[in-house]
Amino acid sequence: MQDAKTIGFSGEASFPPLVTSDRLARKALRHSKERVIEFLLFGAAGVSVLTTLGIVWVLVSESYQFFQSVPIWSFLTDTMWTPLFADAHYGILPLLAGTLTTSLVALVVAIPLGTTIAIYLSEFAQPSVREVVKPFLELLGGIPTIVYGYFALTVVIPLLQMLIPSLPGFNMLGAGIVMGIAIIPYVSSLAEDAMRAVPMSMREGSYAMGGTKFQTAVRVVVPAALSGILSAYILGISRAVGETMIVAVAAGMQPNFTMNPMEPAQTISSYIVQVALGDLPHGSIGYQSIFAAGLSLMLMTLLLNVAGHVVRRRYREAY
Amino acid sequence: MKSAELAGIHRIIRRNKRRDLMFAIAGFMALLIGVLTFLALFLEMAYSGWERLNPEFFTNFPSRRAGQAGILTAWVGSLLVMLVTAVSAVPLGVAAGVYLEEYAVRNIITDIIEINVTNLAGVPSIVYGLLALGVFVYTFGFGQSILSAGLTLGLLILPVVIVATREAIRSIPQHIREGAYALGATRWQVTHDHIVPYSMPGILTGVIIGMSRAIGETAPIITIGALTFIAFLPEAPIGPEFPWVNFEWLKSGFTVMPIQMFNWTSRPEEAFQQNAAAAGFVLVLMTLAMNAISIWIRYHLRKDIKW
Repeated sequence: MQDAKTIGFSGEASFPPLVTSDRLARKALRHSKERVIEFLLFGAAGVSVLTTLGIVWVLVSESYQFFQSVPIWSFLTDTMWTPLFADAHYGILPLLAGTLTTSLVALVVAIPLGTTIAIYLSEFAQPSVREVVKPFLELLGGIPTIVYGYFALTVVIPLLQMLIPSLPGFNMLGAGIVMGIAIIPYVSSLAEDAMRAVPMSMREGSYAMGGTKFQTAVRVVVPAALSGILSAYILGISRAVGETMIVAVAAGMQPNFTMNPMEPAQTISSYIVQVALGDLPHGSIGYQSIFAAGLSLMLMTLLLNVAGHVVRRRYREAY
Repeated sequence: MKSAELAGIHRIIRRNKRRDLMFAIAGFMALLIGVLTFLALFLEMAYSGWERLNPEFFTNFPSRRAGQAGILTAWVGSLLVMLVTAVSAVPLGVAAGVYLEEYAVRNIITDIIEINVTNLAGVPSIVYGLLALGVFVYTFGFGQSILSAGLTLGLLILPVVIVATREAIRSIPQHIREGAYALGATRWQVTHDHIVPYSMPGILTGVIIGMSRAIGETAPIITIGALTFIAFLPEAPIGPEFPWVNFEWLKSGFTVMPIQMFNWTSRPEEAFQQNAAAAGFVLVLMTLAMNAISIWIRYHLRKDIKW
């Protein structure tokens, strides 16, 4: 206190100019430290953009090399995929057929079951049931897919073979069914979120008109939540198309131009796994072919992502 | 009202109530299919693999003889890969989440980053494998190593960590920030001393969910060329001589639990299927434990916070 008074009364001379400039310097240092930190954080956020650029660059540049030796037209129309044989054919159609068939089987399982579960949990089940069941469903989605592949091969396919004796040991049916079960949680949890977001007043309106729970769910809640439900389906499709280990283990590794789920076939992703397991030299055409396959896969999921955005915008209900 | 009409109305009501009940049953059955599949899967692996689940199974190297084969290299490999994944994804993801919530001004660059994070979450994991093969293995020259694998999985779970961080930060009320700013704190001080510590439970939940996904990923690691038969351990990260830590293990070849399981699953012999079941059982237990931890964090750590 005494000091402060002394300083205050003995004039400005006791404040050396150095003190003030030191404070400014500290402030400037603090400021530049803040700037550096902000820049670093921005860099971290930029890594995700770099990842995307990296994916595009790798897929496009290697596929470009591939299409130097394989004409795009024969890639799209040839019905044989035998890149590792002496008589090499590079037609994506067999892999595409395998991918679509397994995905279709998976969707036939996942969409009805996932939707039913979602409606049940959001409209019928007690809150206590929902609290118990939801983490369980999440667990189902968290199981490693290689485990599902093992399950398909050792449990589901033998069971199917009891029903259909002519079924081969590897087939798209078994792989697709198990894949469907694996993607149920993605469908049901997103669809349920969408249905729960429908305001209570709409249900009350329906109940007031004498609607039952089922009528309310199907005629009021589902249409109101349609955009969310459809985007849940699209996410499910996108998962099914990119799923790898279940089909690699249970669907067989033979490219087979067929849409018959009773047959073994190879998908785009399981082809990539098969080649990566071997010892292909870097830069060979076989090596490049997995990037061309990956590019096709990437384009398919990109298309689905875009469709998802469009659906969300097109069918969004304003409450 | 005529009694015939009344009877008709009653019939309609009864029919509709019956439909309600039928759907409730159908919904419950659909749920059961999911839950029973999980139980069947778990019990089948426990039953088939039970004999193999002895201590030697965890301490033996893989072998051509199924009875002597173990998962030592696989779980050590998984552990080391997870270490690299956590060290790369957690700081990056948290920093990106903090940037997007606390620093970013709404402009086109922020929009691009946001859309990009959403889209990355939908990219099939095998495509990450191709990215890593092109960039980490060949362009950067990391080779088919633990480093490449860990970084690949790190990129793969980055969107999960970012989204979890953002959600956790968003739930912190504005007055916490205002209080700190009022006392003269800089933005970084507010972030570092308040925002990040308070959002820790949410961030941790996201990190664990991401890690439990990463530990089960097979396809991207096969794509970068992980070996399926490994009979040696990477060099120990901590050594007896100065400087006590060494990073040679980062460059080492490796295998991980899911690849070991894939290798055994794709062999026709019964004995190897048994090994696959045992390995799968261990793998599912690992992911279950991680999920349990994240659920525990969600319920207990957050309960104490009252804003």
